[in-house]
Amino acid sequence: MNTALKIFKYVLYDVLRSKMIIIYTLLLLIISFGIIFIGKDVTKAVLSLLNIVLLVVPLVSIIFGTIHFYSSREFMEMLLAMPVKRKNIFWAEYAGLSLALAAGFSVGTGLPLLIYGGISGAFQLIVSGVMLTFIFTALAFLSSVKNKDKARGIGLSLVIWFYLSVIFDALVLLLYYLFSSYPLEKATIIISGLNPVDLARMLILLQLDVSALMGYTGATLQKFFGSDYGMVFSVILLLFWAIVPTVLSLRIFNRKDF
Amino acid sequence: MNKVIFIIALIALINSVNLSKEITVNPGESIKNAVSLADNGDRIIIKEGTYNESGILIDKNIELIGENYPVIDGLFNGDIIIIQSDSVTVKGFSIHNSGNRGLKDYAALRIENSACCNIISNKLNNNYFGIFLSNSSYCNVLQNEASSNAVTESSSGNGIHLWKCTNINVKNNTISGHRDGIYIEFSVNCQAESNSSFKNIRYGLHFMFSNNNVYENNVFSNNGAGVAVMYTKNVRMINNRFENNKGPNSYGLLLKEITDSYIERNTFSYNTVGIYCEGGTRLLIANNNLTGNGYALKILGNCTDDTIKANNFFANTFDVTTNSTFNNNLFTQNYWDKYNGYDLNKDGKGDVPFRPVSLFSKIVEETPESVFLLRSFVAELLDMAERVVPVFTPESLMDNEPEMKAINNELYTQYN
Repeated sequence: MNTALKIFKYVLYDVLRSKMIIIYTLLLLIISFGIIFIGKDVTKAVLSLLNIVLLVVPLVSIIFGTIHFYSSREFMEMLLAMPVKRKNIFWAEYAGLSLALAAGFSVGTGLPLLIYGGISGAFQLIVSGVMLTFIFTALAFLSSVKNKDKARGIGLSLVIWFYLSVIFDALVLLLYYLFSSYPLEKATIIISGLNPVDLARMLILLQLDVSALMGYTGATLQKFFGSDYGMVFSVILLLFWAIVPTVLSLRIFNRKDF
Repeated sequence: MNKVIFIIALIALINSVNLSKEITVNPGESIKNAVSLADNGDRIIIKEGTYNESGILIDKNIELIGENYPVIDGLFNGDIIIIQSDSVTVKGFSIHNSGNRGLKDYAALRIENSACCNIISNKLNNNYFGIFLSNSSYCNVLQNEASSNAVTESSSGNGIHLWKCTNINVKNNTISGHRDGIYIEFSVNCQAESNSSFKNIRYGLHFMFSNNNVYENNVFSNNGAGVAVMYTKNVRMINNRFENNKGPNSYGLLLKEITDSYIERNTFSYNTVGIYCEGGTRLLIANNNLTGNGYALKILGNCTDDTIKANNFFANTFDVTTNSTFNNNLFTQNYWDKYNGYDLNKDGKGDVPFRPVSLFSKIVEETPESVFLLRSFVAELLDMAERVVPVFTPESLMDNEPEMKAINNELYTQYN
């Protein structure tokens, strides 16, 4: 465990030294401050931040995660030559990177929200952003351990991001159109579990667009996700989305021939 | 001699008017008894205490005054006070437990075929109907508090019920926990003013076939389905607040077959649907604030010649939705917080028209489940594309002169 901690420290140092994370944090800070303090009303500000959380955070996490994995490949190979457990190396890498990214996001978006204070949905926004950081870093690692070639790895990561952010929702819309004569309220809850971005969006929207979601079919969603039970369910599902890719990539990493 | 007789008769007449009796009723005595002893013009004072009585029939013009809110408990036996005479005043009572079974609509206070009655400062609790006026005119219903604990629509009554009345003034009342807070049916020239109607299981205010009525300065909040105005002409709805009416069948204001009416300076906030308009003709919807609603304005295809002017649309999920591809209404000079246009000539009006109906709202209208994709990237992409080239949304439904800044509707309120 001690070795894992040591490696974790080095990874964290490495990530911070690359300055990417600092630029990311500063960028988020500038955007968030701008949106919250220059904009006329706060509800709209949260909606703009929602787009950042749902699009930018996953994109940065997955791309930066993939690039980081490939660039620290030599470092990992060096470590593997030492009497260090592979598991420890992997966890240290994952924890170092995802925690750095999550911290960057929390400071970049959380600080302005905290300073302004009292914005409904702010807490959900931060929780969702942090969860999405963990999930997309895990997906980045999965795509990296799967591909030896860096270009292919980054390509796959981009495809994953594009699928979860855009294509999935378009497919869902198509599904709704094709099966519009069937009751799809319950199916919607299952569908939402298939995409962490949608889950995160649901979590935040329940704080912002309650009035609209209370409408005709929205009521089912509201009833489910709005209850404490549904809240716990979505957070557990998000955790699941982070853990499964991590464990999968750890298994591949353990057997990988470097 | 004739003169003397005339003077004596005159004095007698004046005496009979002025020397009206005052009857005092103490706890343990009967109000019914006192009413039967009273003559026209008498005043009955009821002392503080509890009176278990019901079916108190008032058929002469007397005043019934309660001291320190004496309790009249109907013990669930039918109507409690029935007024069948003109110019009756009932003031300062606490009236509980009217009958609630059977086919008849039992009420705490029933006014039948009377004129010029005053129902003032009564506290009505746990009654089937609170105050029921039928076929009456020129009555005042002021400062009453009616609360009940309605569970289902079929087993509960209305707070203040007007049926076939004219010139009734309903003012400063507080109504909660009934079926409809205030129900006005077949009544003309009535006013509902400064009332507060909340947590009623159906409508806060319900209007049917009642022309030429005014309601202003009321607050309707947390009602099962908001406020409904149906099959009516010439209604003036001014400076009311419609708040927090949330649910699958909930509206701030539900308009159905309304003509020539005014909806001005109202506030609609945090309702599932702010204004739902079906078959509205020649309506003026002006200077309202619509804030934080799911659907601020749902205007169906059968609405014609309506003017939607100088309203503030602010932080609503959807501003305007419709089920039609045509538009027969005028949208002008509203403030839309979603407007992204510019104002080069600095006249305060945007130079590019604003189309408030988004494609995504249209999709939600057709397949309600797709509300799940609200605010997703795909939904915004569709909206953006539609805004550039409108194909599915009504092309003429647009505001040609959108305001660049929110309109200060409070300014108008001050004149009220």
